[in-house]
Amino acid sequence: MLELEGVNAGYKDLQVLWGVSLRVGEGELVALVGPNGAGKTTTLRIISGLLKPTAGSVRFLGRQLDKEPAHRIVEMGIVQVPEGGRVFTGMSVQENLELGAFTARARKEKEQTMKWVYQLFPRLEERRHQRAGTLSGGERQMLAIGRALMAKPRLLLLDEPSFGLAPILVEQIFEMIAEINRQGVAVLLVEQNVRAALELAQRAYVIENGRIVGEGSGDALLSFESVRSAYLG
Amino acid sequence: MPTTMVAQSLASGILVGALYGLAAVGLSLVFGVTKILNVSHGELLMLGGYTSFWLFTLFGVDPFAGIPLSMFALVIIGLIVYQLLFSRLIKLPTEDKIRTSLLVGFGLGLMLQNIALRLWTADNRGITPSYAGAVLTVLGVRLPYVRVASLVIAFVFLLALQLFLQKTYTGKAIRATAQDWEAATLMGINVHRVYLLSFVLGTALAGAAGTLVAVGYSVEPVMGLHWTLKALIVLVMGGIGSIAGTLIGGLILGVTESAAAVWISGNYRHVVGLAIFILVLLIRPQGLFGAKEG
Repeated sequence: MLELEGVNAGYKDLQVLWGVSLRVGEGELVALVGPNGAGKTTTLRIISGLLKPTAGSVRFLGRQLDKEPAHRIVEMGIVQVPEGGRVFTGMSVQENLELGAFTARARKEKEQTMKWVYQLFPRLEERRHQRAGTLSGGERQMLAIGRALMAKPRLLLLDEPSFGLAPILVEQIFEMIAEINRQGVAVLLVEQNVRAALELAQRAYVIENGRIVGEGSGDALLSFESVRSAYLG
Repeated sequence: MPTTMVAQSLASGILVGALYGLAAVGLSLVFGVTKILNVSHGELLMLGGYTSFWLFTLFGVDPFAGIPLSMFALVIIGLIVYQLLFSRLIKLPTEDKIRTSLLVGFGLGLMLQNIALRLWTADNRGITPSYAGAVLTVLGVRLPYVRVASLVIAFVFLLALQLFLQKTYTGKAIRATAQDWEAATLMGINVHRVYLLSFVLGTALAGAAGTLVAVGYSVEPVMGLHWTLKALIVLVMGGIGSIAGTLIGGLILGVTESAAAVWISGNYRHVVGLAIFILVLLIRPQGLFGAKEG
């Protein structure tokens, strides 16, 4: 479904990604793990079109993405939940969700999708008229995920959904991600919480210094010696 | 001091203040969404005034009926100015963008001033339809009909803008882009179209304000900077992103200026406005009605 091949990318003179290749299959839940500054977020920005690769190719459902503007990529079905959620704090929960369904494709089914999102996150329905800025960290993350679901994603990109959340909330969010995936949405999950991510994912990639250094099933990587010593202590 | 004089000064202040608010709201919208500080906003307002001046003197178009026409003219001018100049700055980091847009705006303002000098000479031009001199007198306070009508029209425009931004999908996209353009992009919003739309909406509002200034007061080639300054003061008072705040800011500025003219001296009216500007920046930098970040 999604294929990156030999992607180089960076900011000005600083090259961050060096020949990154990875793929996500239809309905798959894939994790991308690695230390801080390894290039995880940059990889997501490349896929979303917020950053353009300097070399290599990005393909989605057989179409070349590297020349498409970011808003067109959303229309095609790749939707990113950015790190920290970045909800629109000045607007109500409901307005945030409405904005999630901005694309023509998503807008047609806005009402049904919103019902589905409220089913997944009943907390959001209780707070639908509240300003997003007044939500707690966990609720904001739920709203950010709900807002992304409103766009009817075929592939959901999640950037550190557990960041800054209490362990109990992390567990809830991860259960939600598994549930969303069960309902047919492919997921590419970027995480620093390596153990939880590997347990959740069917396959995973390990990225270090902008290069993919490991690939395998989540379980295989969990028992992989270098991963264990580097991330799991 | 006689009460009528106080009431008269209050009324004059409110009447001009509504126009300050209308002038400021365009500037504020453009700045809030695109982070372009367009200091040629006053010159664009001036062009709106001259457009209706020409419509009136050449074709006999009533200035109030001609508002949509002068707004349309300013939409076209806004499109040209944005595509030619400001769109080139749009990808700069915010601080560079503000600085560079100041320079571009000043340059553009000077150009427009000189074009106006050529086309319309340095004279003060007003629009004088048959009802121009009609005055409504309430308890000894003289209220020129055209200025009262301008006040009502300014209110209607601000209300319409508020509804547009709050209720429509496009309006919500504009607000989302103003808050976090990258997150807005990730919703599938084409932020470059939002920028263009906001800019043009801002110039259209300048067109409407210019018409109201031309019919209630007068226009001249050097008026631009004066109106940009008023709009900036109001913008700082009202806080960016609050239309009600902008309107109230405009009214406060109008009333204070007119009070200063009565109690101190006419020469001091502009000084008072600037003093308020500094005071607000010192005490409430986010504006009287602006929300704090976050």
